[in-house]
Amino acid sequence: MSKSFRGGVHPNDRKSYTASKSIEIAPLPSKVVIPVRQHIGAPCSPVVKKGDEVKKGQVIASNDAFVSSNVHASISGKVADVAEYPHPVFGKCLSIVIENDGLDEWAEGILVERDWQKLNADEIRGIIREAGIVGMGGATFPTHVKLAPPKDKKIDTFILNAAECEPYLTADHRMMLEYADRIVTGVQIVMKVLGVDKGYVGIEDNKPDAISAMQKAFTGTGVEVIGLPTKYPQGAEKMLIKMLTNREVPSGGLPMEVGVVVQNVGTVIAINDAVLKGIPLIERVTTVSGGAVKEPKNLLLRVGTTFAEAIEACGGVAKTPEKIIMGGPMMGFAQSNLDISVIKGVSGILVLSKEDVNSGKESACIRCGRCVDACPMGLNPSMLSILGERNLYEEAKEDFNLLDCVECGSCVYGCPAKRNIVQYIRYCKAQNAAKAAKK
Amino acid sequence: MAEIKLNDNILTVSTSPHIRSEESISKIMWNVNAALAPAALFGIYNFGIHALIVIVVSIIAAVAGEYFVQKVRGKEITISDGSAFLTGLLLAMCLPPTLPPYMAAIGSFIAIIICKHSMGGLGWNIFNPAHIGRAAIMVSWPVAMTTWSRLTTSVDTVTSATPLNILKQQGYAKLVETFGGTPNLYKALFLGTRNGSIGETSTILLVLGGVYLIYKRYVNWQVPVLMILTVGVITWVFGPAGLFTGDPVFHMMAGGLIIGAFFMATDMVTIPITIKGQIIFAIGAGALTALIRLKGGYPEGVCYSILLMNAVSPLIDRVCPPIKFGARR
Repeated sequence: MSKSFRGGVHPNDRKSYTASKSIEIAPLPSKVVIPVRQHIGAPCSPVVKKGDEVKKGQVIASNDAFVSSNVHASISGKVADVAEYPHPVFGKCLSIVIENDGLDEWAEGILVERDWQKLNADEIRGIIREAGIVGMGGATFPTHVKLAPPKDKKIDTFILNAAECEPYLTADHRMMLEYADRIVTGVQIVMKVLGVDKGYVGIEDNKPDAISAMQKAFTGTGVEVIGLPTKYPQGAEKMLIKMLTNREVPSGGLPMEVGVVVQNVGTVIAINDAVLKGIPLIERVTTVSGGAVKEPKNLLLRVGTTFAEAIEACGGVAKTPEKIIMGGPMMGFAQSNLDISVIKGVSGILVLSKEDVNSGKESACIRCGRCVDACPMGLNPSMLSILGERNLYEEAKEDFNLLDCVECGSCVYGCPAKRNIVQYIRYCKAQNAAKAAKK
Repeated sequence: MAEIKLNDNILTVSTSPHIRSEESISKIMWNVNAALAPAALFGIYNFGIHALIVIVVSIIAAVAGEYFVQKVRGKEITISDGSAFLTGLLLAMCLPPTLPPYMAAIGSFIAIIICKHSMGGLGWNIFNPAHIGRAAIMVSWPVAMTTWSRLTTSVDTVTSATPLNILKQQGYAKLVETFGGTPNLYKALFLGTRNGSIGETSTILLVLGGVYLIYKRYVNWQVPVLMILTVGVITWVFGPAGLFTGDPVFHMMAGGLIIGAFFMATDMVTIPITIKGQIIFAIGAGALTALIRLKGGYPEGVCYSILLMNAVSPLIDRVCPPIKFGARR
């Protein structure tokens, strides 16, 4: 194990809002708005139409492409609309609206009892694909694809990413305390699919209770549970792999280049539920927190629940929100309204007050070098931001490793000049992509 | 279901991250000012009311200069961020206490208006403004800049020349004799009871301020340490009576080296951005200082050596980029 990774920052983790609160099952939503695109890859096409009756767990949108993932009804009821609705990541997306009939009935033939040890790797991958499981840490990459690395990549290590390094978020933390058995089985299933013996669980050491709970749960499984120093972005895949295996994923490469596959806590729980019981991914644990929400909670939410109803389940807002974030405060997406819905990758809903946000007026870079010290990827964010400001996106890419940026936000966090470095970097990336597309 | 009231407030939508540290430019600048304060106060105590006047005039001129430029250019007034104040204070601390105050004011104007704002303002200047101001006064009024007050506060310092002046003109033996032995010489340099510029004399107070900045992580310790050590090593090796006969302890505490190494060679805006580059900068500035002291026409070379290294900082940045993740496996 490596002692530390280069760079990083230490934001106040603000996890005490919800760290000691048990996961609470949210009241059934009055309706759900389920986008057909909740993953990276080909969007699904709806297989239901307005007026159809649907049951919980029924496939309502699908796509035959390999890099895609099914979408299921998360409640039972009537399809009220199939149209474009606001989407937390893509702005707008074709969505299926289901009005709740209050019965919460499962579709027939969904629930089963299975012994995972009797299934082979291909069968398990098939189940995961059918169940619509994607990376639930936020990236939403289809899990069955991640578990089917190309033949020439020899995978020897599995890592469960339980670092949860984003401030405010405690969903993974609570799941480790409350769903330990499902995590253990989920990890064992994944390791079987990958055919690996070496497994790690990496947890930041600001969650000592989760570390001991996991150590207890994984006893005798050969999986090592390791407490990692609390430093953002400890949960970034490349940093986590560096810490646990001392391997550096090469520039532009994926974890599998160094023989590693990483999964998130929520994802392995979903895998457990799908493989053992046939339950598709229709609900997830999400932390609703922030200085402007009345009663911060860890909620078990149905996919498609609107942010408004999720916040309502936490008593509404206590003061005027300045920002509503999907995900964590360092890498999440700011939202413009509360009609957007919880998709599979929503690890947190943050209702931040003006004081939480602490944004200041941007000024010129004073070259203090904090961003250079903070950058875990070894870039020069100061220079990238200045090039972005001047529209010199090609130079940023050619001379300053623009494309290596993982947009973790460490540089912006510590910047005394309050520069929007990540924004400039995203702009440069977009300009380069647009230019490449033109050719 | 009750509507969640947004109070007609429009939500802010921007790219991540959505939280930021408490750090700010004005916090950094005022902290540096505070770190300089003990040495500045000692200068006033040491040299009297005239030193106070030079400091006050220099600061007021720097702040007024910044206000003037920003007003004329229709830019936001940023005089409260402490950076113009810092330039004025630093400049005054590097001036002789007897300097006519109007010269200090002109130095401040040159530092702020020409060096800083003609380059685009805070963050864009290539050279350290306070040192540009000092260099400008030096070439304009060389006599006033090399006339030193007669100290009366201490029995050890009844001379009207700086220690480096005595060394340059009369040699090391005379220097030791003037102070009554090396222990007394070192003591005067350490405490600051010697002649020199207003704020440069007290090694102990400047180091305390510097250590505070290192503790606050505004300064990398390698920069002052390596610059001072480089001067020490070179002046020791190339001594007056052949190799390894120099007095490094004297050279490391004399002149403006301590204030320069802790407060000028660490000016974020004008030095390389990576630690590797800063190390090259520090060693280069130390070597140039020693070269000027030993071989140059001037008794002291801190100001020019730092300005020369400022000029090559962008080049150092070019050859010392950070090592990107994944490059070594």
